[in-house]
Amino acid sequence: MAKPMEEIRWQDLEIGAVVSEPGCSREYKTGSWRSMRPVVDKDQCIRCGVCWLYCPDAAIDRSEEGHFQADLDYCKGCGICARECPVGCITMVIEEG
Amino acid sequence: MAKERRGIEISLAIAEAVGQADCDVIAAYPITPQTHIVEHLSEMVADGHLDAEFVPVESEHSAMSVCCGAAAVGARTFTSTSSQGLALMAEIFFIASAMRLPVVMALANRSLSAPLSIWNDHTDTMMVRDGGWIHVFVENGQEAYDHVFWAFRVAEDPAVRLPVAINIDGFILTHVIEPIEFEDNELIKRYIPEYRMEKPLHPDNPVSMGCFAMPEMYTEAQMAREKALVGSYATCIKGWEEWAALTGRRYHPIETYRAEDAEYCIVTMGSLGETAMAAVDELREEGEKVGVIKIRLWRPFPFEDFYRAADGKDALVVLDRAISFGGPGGPVALEVRSAMYRRPHAPVVVNYVAGLASRDVRVEDFKAIILGGKAKAAAGDTAGFTLYGVRE
Repeated sequence: MAKPMEEIRWQDLEIGAVVSEPGCSREYKTGSWRSMRPVVDKDQCIRCGVCWLYCPDAAIDRSEEGHFQADLDYCKGCGICARECPVGCITMVIEEG
Repeated sequence: MAKERRGIEISLAIAEAVGQADCDVIAAYPITPQTHIVEHLSEMVADGHLDAEFVPVESEHSAMSVCCGAAAVGARTFTSTSSQGLALMAEIFFIASAMRLPVVMALANRSLSAPLSIWNDHTDTMMVRDGGWIHVFVENGQEAYDHVFWAFRVAEDPAVRLPVAINIDGFILTHVIEPIEFEDNELIKRYIPEYRMEKPLHPDNPVSMGCFAMPEMYTEAQMAREKALVGSYATCIKGWEEWAALTGRRYHPIETYRAEDAEYCIVTMGSLGETAMAAVDELREEGEKVGVIKIRLWRPFPFEDFYRAADGKDALVVLDRAISFGGPGGPVALEVRSAMYRRPHAPVVVNYVAGLASRDVRVEDFKAIILGGKAKAAAGDTAGFTLYGVRE
């Protein structure tokens, strides 16, 4: 978004509050909501992709080596990946600070 | 080409008008007393008389959702509903106006349940009064036919881009056969040329519609809606002026009958205005200096027009066809009281609610309401409302 939200006047909105740059929710980093962070033990990970399937925010990416890791810009720390991982390789760790 | 005057059921005339308007998408679910409108439209499409997409949805919620989608890609879009159907549609009803999608709806006004009633009053439309649509009320079949074109004219104007509800009293209008003057298609094309939406939803130019807004943006989005609806007034007038130039039939946001020299007036909205005029004729014979003020444009409320009609009157007797339960009166009376508050020499406002679920309001009932209202105004008995004819 070109302007910070606080500076946008009603006159600046597109008709019907249409967003003319689609996909701009990418700029909204929901990772700041997180209180728990998923940490993957790569030695245990079998690269099955169950966490990737279950992530409700599509915030898990696959690394070049085939491991799955949360994108911490968007991961809200819900812990579904840790709960669903069939080998239990994901631990939820409290975010400090 | 000479104008064609046909005896036709008003619902069918509305459907014919939608066809003449060359509507692209119709999505509706049948509900009494709206049924004949969409039934006839589905026939017109099935028989190849109207080149439109008729979407026979599974509910009114879906009907309005389809309409939003269709309007978003720039299709000329129509739907129709009543009562419970409108209630089921309510969620998307508000979204259509917020997203500025110019859907046109024939709203065949009917009571809301419970008790279950298929008959006519204004309780359904009052439920969505604050839904951000343009609301117009018609009094007869000709007005219903004419306002289908007017609604598309106004809704699709780039300066407006808002949905329009044409309020048509259920049964009293929808199921009545009336002689209606049909306009030819050439005239209609001149009045509402092919619709070209600016920036429709299209893969070549992707946009996001109906997005989430943080508290930092919601207030501004609501202000934009308010400005759009208030601003639509000018186009409403323009639409009527253009229609008058083409057809000779002239409409105004507030219409009056024998009101100019009247000391007091009955205020109505919808088809009962015609009965009110007959009652006023009789009362004038009896020496009463009374007139009728009829609200045609309900949203945006035409304050200045209303002042011109009502300023200087001693009293206004407002007839409502819905109750605002636990509130100070019917919705129209609330509007009139607010509008007139602190006007110089503001008339005393008395409120009657009548004609719920099509209970007859005959000429003699109007006379009783008008004279009763006059007496109440004189006695200063102006609080709340009177539910006319209730047995107690």
